[in-house]
Amino acid sequence: MKIVAFKIEGNGIYAQDVPAFAEAIKGAQADVVLVPGNSRVKRAMPAAACRAGAEIDTNVVELAIEGDKVTASRWAYRQRILVKFSRAARPWVIVTDPALFGEICAKAGVTAAELPAGAAAATRTTTNGVVAAGNGGESTIKPDAQLLFVAGAGWTKKQADGALHLEDAAATIKDFLAKSGASLGSSKSLVDMPEAAAALTFMSHMNQVGQTGSTPRHAKGLATCCHGEEPHVVGWRFINERRAVNLDANCGWAQGKADVLYVADAFAVTKKVAELLG
Amino acid sequence: MGKPLNIIVCGSLVPDPLQTLEPVMTPQGPGLKNEQMLPSVLDPWAACALYEAAALAKTRAGSKVTLVALGPKAKLQQLMMMAAQKAPFQLVAVNAPAGGFTDAKETAAELAKAIKAIPGLDLSSTLLFGGCASASRDAGVTLQFVAEALGITEFFNAVDELKVADDDTFTVKERIEGGQYLASTCAGFPAVIGWATGNLPEPPNNPQVGMMNMRGIMPALMKAPVANVGVGGIAYASAEVPASKRDTVVKKDMSVDAIAQEIVAWIKA
Repeated sequence: MKIVAFKIEGNGIYAQDVPAFAEAIKGAQADVVLVPGNSRVKRAMPAAACRAGAEIDTNVVELAIEGDKVTASRWAYRQRILVKFSRAARPWVIVTDPALFGEICAKAGVTAAELPAGAAAATRTTTNGVVAAGNGGESTIKPDAQLLFVAGAGWTKKQADGALHLEDAAATIKDFLAKSGASLGSSKSLVDMPEAAAALTFMSHMNQVGQTGSTPRHAKGLATCCHGEEPHVVGWRFINERRAVNLDANCGWAQGKADVLYVADAFAVTKKVAELLG
Repeated sequence: MGKPLNIIVCGSLVPDPLQTLEPVMTPQGPGLKNEQMLPSVLDPWAACALYEAAALAKTRAGSKVTLVALGPKAKLQQLMMMAAQKAPFQLVAVNAPAGGFTDAKETAAELAKAIKAIPGLDLSSTLLFGGCASASRDAGVTLQFVAEALGITEFFNAVDELKVADDDTFTVKERIEGGQYLASTCAGFPAVIGWATGNLPEPPNNPQVGMMNMRGIMPALMKAPVANVGVGGIAYASAEVPASKRDTVVKKDMSVDAIAQEIVAWIKA
């Protein structure tokens, strides 16, 4: 059985990537083609596989190879059900979780090669560059960070003095992020709030983790002022060590999901942590 | 103002995210326990696509939004009672199984067939919308398969912003790595847009819009063709919910200073 892997980076344009990727699949003459599931691959590889007459599966997190049989694992229903499956048809393009591409290639005993350059194809699209999400001018999403700091809607609620403290919340979170180097995640309820969007200018829908957000991979996660049940916690799925700070000891976000839950005022704790990290 | 827009949205149902999902193996492949009984919602990203389509259609008089939905007819009917109140659209329904274990290629083939059969369809003036992935299969491949079947070569994925000019050129912002957007300009239609969340809030229920929509929805459901969608070439070995419960240690009576010191030690460890 022949397995090849391609390293694909950068942004690309769909109309040009599709024929180039299709040529690479056909040219590889492999049974299985492994590629990392970054945004460029996710955009163009499905159509390329279609054009190359290949099967394709995405978001693969594990691969088992026994002789000629390849079994892949991927999540369905937004990280709630893990399925193991195989396909008899070849070629089979397997798009891995980007964070696991190296590990899966190593397990398959292959080294990722550069994708052969394809002939330029006509397109009506021109790219205008890369811009940061939010209005802060600087991205608060850092996939390589050790820590994920998740902010919940509690940051925008009335505090012990009966008043809102949106500016204080924004300053506290920003200071914490600067001192800890953490990546910022958010609950859906927070990013959906207009008042939060006005105050937390460094946050956008892209920060949302969970059912309709991302499921980032970080070694540690600290959730603050978050409340929610199981479906909203899928964003935590790939966080190894988890701690939470909020005022509700029975919080569905934390109970059974976090390793440690501190029942305390997240404003005060976050400020103090930032000060100590200072 | 430009000419009327023709926007087709692909979107279907998924189990209400608040429901507990339990996989069961059947002779046809994996399924969900009591699947027929589970309440459904409009797939979240497809719902965003529908709301964006409705907002865009409002900017040009005479524009039309068509929702192409593949799913079990009875469940689609229930879903439409809610979805129809959100935005004006015409429904094209395909009566077929929909779920996280079906083959995306078979689903896409049926969607493309249904789109091609829309009376008076002029693809050259069409924007095709959908969610960047479903909350069931979550593969993010169906729209690209549909684009291939329709011969559309411009596709944008995980889009949060679309601005269409009067001459039909448009700019998009696609989500890419590291919390950034790739901004692009496209010189006109047809194009396929896989929406992320977009920037619009969920519209409030509007019973008048719902009543207007239902006039077309019921006939569309009545004449929904039956399609054979299954697991295709996928041989499932297992489907399971991994145990994820942790023994949470609740610390109630610590001072802020003590908590902060503990968290800092944990972060630095």
